[in-house]
Amino acid sequence: MEVKLRDPKVIMKLSKLGSFHQSKLSFLRSFLKEFKDWDYTRELFNLDDNGFGIAVYSFKKNNRTYSLVCFANEIKDAERSDRVIATKWDAAFTLYDGVPTKKDLERLSENVPKQEVGRLSYKELTLSRANKSVRIFNHVVENLSKGMQPDKEILSKVGYLYRTTAVYGSGKFGLADRFRIKNRKEIYGPFRLEMMLVYLVREFTFDQVNHIAKSRNPRVAVKLNKDICRNLGIGNSTGLGMAPFIVNHPTLLNNWILSRETALKKIREIKVIKKSEFELFKTCIKKSIKNVTSWNTESEFQKNKIRQLLSDLNKFTYYLENEFKFEKNFSFNDMYIWVEKNLEDECIEYIVSLMMEPYDNIVDPLTSTMSSDEEKYFSIPTERSVLDLRNILEENYSNIIKIDFSQKKNNQNFWFISKNKEEPRLADRFSENGSELEQPLAIARDIKKLYQRISNQKNSLKIEKFLIDNNDLRHVVRRAFITEKFPYAEIQDNTIGYNLMPIDMLRLKLSFFGAIKFDPRSTKWLRICMFQGAPLANDLKSFDDHWVYNSLN
Amino acid sequence: MRSFSEIDTIAKRASKAVGFSWGIAEEIGKNIRILEMFGLPGLNNLNEYYKTLRVKKFQNISLIAKNNSSKISYCPIISGVNFLDQINTIEELNEIYFENLAFPILFIPFLSRASEIIGKRIFLTLDDKEFLLNFNQSIYSNYLSGSILDKSDLVKVKFIDNKNNFDEKTWTELYRLSEDTFVEETEQLKEKGAGAGLTDND
Repeated sequence: MEVKLRDPKVIMKLSKLGSFHQSKLSFLRSFLKEFKDWDYTRELFNLDDNGFGIAVYSFKKNNRTYSLVCFANEIKDAERSDRVIATKWDAAFTLYDGVPTKKDLERLSENVPKQEVGRLSYKELTLSRANKSVRIFNHVVENLSKGMQPDKEILSKVGYLYRTTAVYGSGKFGLADRFRIKNRKEIYGPFRLEMMLVYLVREFTFDQVNHIAKSRNPRVAVKLNKDICRNLGIGNSTGLGMAPFIVNHPTLLNNWILSRETALKKIREIKVIKKSEFELFKTCIKKSIKNVTSWNTESEFQKNKIRQLLSDLNKFTYYLENEFKFEKNFSFNDMYIWVEKNLEDECIEYIVSLMMEPYDNIVDPLTSTMSSDEEKYFSIPTERSVLDLRNILEENYSNIIKIDFSQKKNNQNFWFISKNKEEPRLADRFSENGSELEQPLAIARDIKKLYQRISNQKNSLKIEKFLIDNNDLRHVVRRAFITEKFPYAEIQDNTIGYNLMPIDMLRLKLSFFGAIKFDPRSTKWLRICMFQGAPLANDLKSFDDHWVYNSLN
Repeated sequence: MRSFSEIDTIAKRASKAVGFSWGIAEEIGKNIRILEMFGLPGLNNLNEYYKTLRVKKFQNISLIAKNNSSKISYCPIISGVNFLDQINTIEELNEIYFENLAFPILFIPFLSRASEIIGKRIFLTLDDKEFLLNFNQSIYSNYLSGSILDKSDLVKVKFIDNKNNFDEKTWTELYRLSEDTFVEETEQLKEKGAGAGLTDND
């Protein structure tokens, strides 16, 4: 039996993409799987009694070493901000390619804590900073120093000791360009080095609280219990800076979504589901519910989604126990059809993620197809005709070209880059200044313009001639031809409409990172948790691939 | 040191700021990255061109012909964009001439990318400076000063047909040497060494 890939016009709607969850394909999971047999070492730990100073952690295998360099700094409470406009952080980090020399550490100490205004070199791969969750951090240190473990209830409400506020890579601020390292097999998956940085930062946070507690009360202090450590991740605050990424990298977006859709298709095409596979799926579903019931948020938008998810999971569990027969041929296909018919998007995508759990043989090969050689698809095939372009637009953008952009509400917003922080922002076109400097992220509007523009052109006209007088739409001509080869390259929604929920764009990306517990703080930024439940670095060699469902919370 | 990613971004944004469309600005970002990667002074030339743009007008070319000349210097960006876009058509011209092209270094990466598209090397001369553009994989040149070129009076573009750079004698000599890695077959080896039978008349 052949199952069709799901329709991009459905999957690429923002409300659907904003319902995605982590899965085996997620980058932090595939990172751990790849690095599980690397040697982990704490190379340097030079902190004072208050936990300020420098530390270095490394992963090594054969002749390759990656080193996380951490700088823990003293800052005043008033200086602590998760916003990108902050200039000081509790800690700053860089991932160094190799083993840093003393001279490197001196150079890095002058630049890494400055973040965006510092300069990095091609020897540094990623850059980040993080702030303490002060309440949790102090609670943990205080208890450990008194010889007690912290209150798990209090910890579970937050889930981390530190949260990062940005993780940079790929040439930003002088960091190594992607091309320098792209042929390394261990980092074939996207964002693998960013994931490594966050994972090693997590180790640092545990060492730091243990160190401060011991310095405070050397005789009595105890170390943070390993199970508690495992259940702490690293938080992350993410704003609009992440949203344009998925628009600006269409082939990469396609490869992420296509991997997920291909995995689902292949699983639905399995004729005989083995009992062990079904049992593993059921176990993961059952254990995963703890991650939903401990999902805290003040956002009404997200609370409603969680309520719906829990209600749907109840329905699904009933179906699984009373109606579903895994012994039937193509039973996972039957199950998916039932899910699609009876449940809402949040739960449909949750089940899709979990369906992958038993199938390493399907998922693992897909993780190495999730990068993209974007340059290869950059040139416009100008030998093609207007008829070709029209066909692509009518086929791949049929919903987009129906949007009426003469209506004010469909043009409500514009994306721009802020002058003070060079970060993407969203504003109301009709009440704010600056729309003349709009970024090229209004793809739906410009595709519609392109469709109208070619309506009075001859079908036989070549694109090379069409572009002579229409270069203002060149960026969308390029995109249209990309969608011909990459069906999931384009968001099938209006990214400037009055009802845009930018957090849908953030969540899509973060779900592929492997984040859980999305906590929207507004429509424009959210907090998440990464690596909660993940094995500690010293235990990686006895790695359980389903760790994400083993959280004690 | 600035990364190529930063160079791409700044060239793109600056190009939009001086009035090019986003689509063309994207091309310029990629192009300056290519120039800098190949060791040519892309960013310096771009900066100087954009400073000149404030006080001087340049000629935009639409359709590329065999001979292109203008009293006002041609814009290297619009000339390059149209050269790249029309490459499948103009390849048949074999040689193309531009008289009076401003900041010709900025024209080079469009040709380099065109070379990759058509699968042919392009030989470019900017007055006395020579460039061999190899399928956008490398640029071979006698221009090593890295200085800014504000104009080229005569630009010649020649499409090089794909042919070997060596003669049959060289090939034969090397082939004879390569034969020394082969094993002389006995009758027995002829029968046993190959997968198929000696006759195919079954």
